[in-house]
Amino acid sequence: MEARGLVKRYGDREALRGVDLRTEAGELVAIIGPNGAGKTTLLSILAGISKPDQGEVGAAQGTVGWVPQQAALYRRLTVEENLLLFARLERHENPHASCEEMLELTGLAERREEIVARLSGGNQQRINIAIGLLSRPSVLLLDEPSVGLDPRQRARLWEFVSSLAETNGTTVIFSTHDIQEAERYGRRLLVLADGEALFDGSADELREAVRREAPEAADQDFETAFVAFLHHRGH
Amino acid sequence: MRWLLLKDLQILRRSPLQAFLLVAYPVLIAVLVGFAISRSPDKPRVAFLNEVPSDSRVRVGTTELPNIGVSDRICERVECVQVKSRAEATEEVRSGDVLAALILPADLVDRINSLSTPFPSTPRVEVILNEEDPVKARLVNDRIDSLLTQANLVIARRIAAEGGKFLGLVLDGGQFSVIGQTIEILGLRNSARILTRLRPALPPGQLRDSVDEVIRFTTLARNNLDNAAPLLSRLSQPIAVDKQVVNASTPPLEIFAISVAATFTLAFVVVLLVAGSLALEREENAFARLTRGLVSRSALLTEKVVLGLAVGLLVTLLMLAGLALFVPLHWSRFGLWLVAIVAGGAAFGAAGAALGAAGREVRAVSLLAFMVTLPIAFLSLIPSGALGPALYDVIKLVTALFPFKPALQAMTGALDPAGPSLAAALGHLAILIVAYGLLARLALRRFTAV
Repeated sequence: MEARGLVKRYGDREALRGVDLRTEAGELVAIIGPNGAGKTTLLSILAGISKPDQGEVGAAQGTVGWVPQQAALYRRLTVEENLLLFARLERHENPHASCEEMLELTGLAERREEIVARLSGGNQQRINIAIGLLSRPSVLLLDEPSVGLDPRQRARLWEFVSSLAETNGTTVIFSTHDIQEAERYGRRLLVLADGEALFDGSADELREAVRREAPEAADQDFETAFVAFLHHRGH
Repeated sequence: MRWLLLKDLQILRRSPLQAFLLVAYPVLIAVLVGFAISRSPDKPRVAFLNEVPSDSRVRVGTTELPNIGVSDRICERVECVQVKSRAEATEEVRSGDVLAALILPADLVDRINSLSTPFPSTPRVEVILNEEDPVKARLVNDRIDSLLTQANLVIARRIAAEGGKFLGLVLDGGQFSVIGQTIEILGLRNSARILTRLRPALPPGQLRDSVDEVIRFTTLARNNLDNAAPLLSRLSQPIAVDKQVVNASTPPLEIFAISVAATFTLAFVVVLLVAGSLALEREENAFARLTRGLVSRSALLTEKVVLGLAVGLLVTLLMLAGLALFVPLHWSRFGLWLVAIVAGGAAFGAAGAALGAAGREVRAVSLLAFMVTLPIAFLSLIPSGALGPALYDVIKLVTALFPFKPALQAMTGALDPAGPSLAAALGHLAILIVAYGLLARLALRRFTAV
């Protein structure tokens, strides 16, 4: 997937200011930054939900799966009914087979008959992701997927997402507020602040950048180093 | 679209209480409103206490009129609840069992009879009212005024008729009974005839001139009293009513009430369901996912309208079938019922979609739907002439912008051949379907924000 010179304005405010992004198959890219940095805006443009005022998004090979921050599913339907509904809307040749595959993948086969509203937040998020994966996308966009999950649910989620990239070669682009999570699971980090891309590289490369620009924070934990980096860049 | 429809029906099935309330509440309201409209103008219940002694008679001169049955005539127009005392009458009114109490006091006839004496007193009847609210007070006052006008009219006609008889005696002569004795009255006509025959026998002079004077007087008096007789009979009701119906769309009141009930049900079921199910797509965060290539916005709107229409059609038809057990309906016009319900339902659906697209949460949207639908429905029931012309014009404009009034006209026109023009109502609804459809489509743009 490739995006070039993305600009998005809401009235007078510029939510994105010429952001570029290029990803490879099987990459795990974390988009990090403070509140209002433009993370969700960037993901929604990549997902095709909203259109940029300037710039363009290159067509990916295959489809782009999108998993919004809040679970986008019907809480009064069962797990299976949700998956079947979206498989049918995506016009799968065999919706039942696709549904079974996702139930296996998410480990929710035994809870297929359960009403979604009665599941934990973590399990709801797994279905949310499973719906995003129904179309077997080559690129999966996840908007803050671990928000509201407890540590155990979070660990399960990242295990699941990492396996998608490693086993299926799915490119995963996710946004997060959790800097440690980004360091741990993101093979690449895109740092956004006030709609501007400040950094694009690995966690080690970001630490090197901190060492150059804010040496006093270089040996601190990753979050402190990141905050010092933002501060040094005027954010 | 069918999968979305199936999904919405599954969700509805999973919320039995909500589904029950969605259907039961409007049906209950509709039936109550419908029958309140149809039943209220029927005979009102009035407590009636007649203290006038049964042998009392109204007298004209020395003649007693026969019993003219004022109380019977009053009880033809209202449902009289006979009471035995003033206290009982007051209690009946206070408890709300009757609209008012009418008391004919014992001295009523004496007072009427005193009108022809040198010392007349005003005859009075007593009315006990419970003016617990202004609307009821006005209604009761109007009813009682109307009743008393009727009673006065009956008495005046009777007096005029008796007066006419006396006038006839003065003019043409005849027999007149007084205190058990029969008196022969000569009458003006006979007096003139006798004097005219007598005149040639009198010698010219003062006596003959006097007879000529009397003959002239009797002729003049007879001619004038001839004119007075019809005038006296008209006095009791000087103005006659010549009624012409301009707008002949007057189906029976029961049919109109059923139309109101059916339109109420259709409006609430469709508007709430469409608005709520559309808002649910946003509340569940599913809208963006759906419209990301899976379903077009227009298809989503259409699906919601079809959902509301299907449920609304079913509920309305069931309600009509139920009401048909009590009031005979023209089943031969079933095709027209369907046309009216589908057109009305589609317009309500489009309006519901516009409302649903305006809100973010199901509860807020449901509240909005109630806040819009209920007052508009009531405004649509205000008849012309009930308000000042300027205010009525404003209400007419407001109600024309919402589908309730044309849907009601279509429903009435479909249920009864004497109803309003179905074609005009369908044309109005078609315009509203397009307008609200466009509005909803425009409002859906706001849904796009993630």
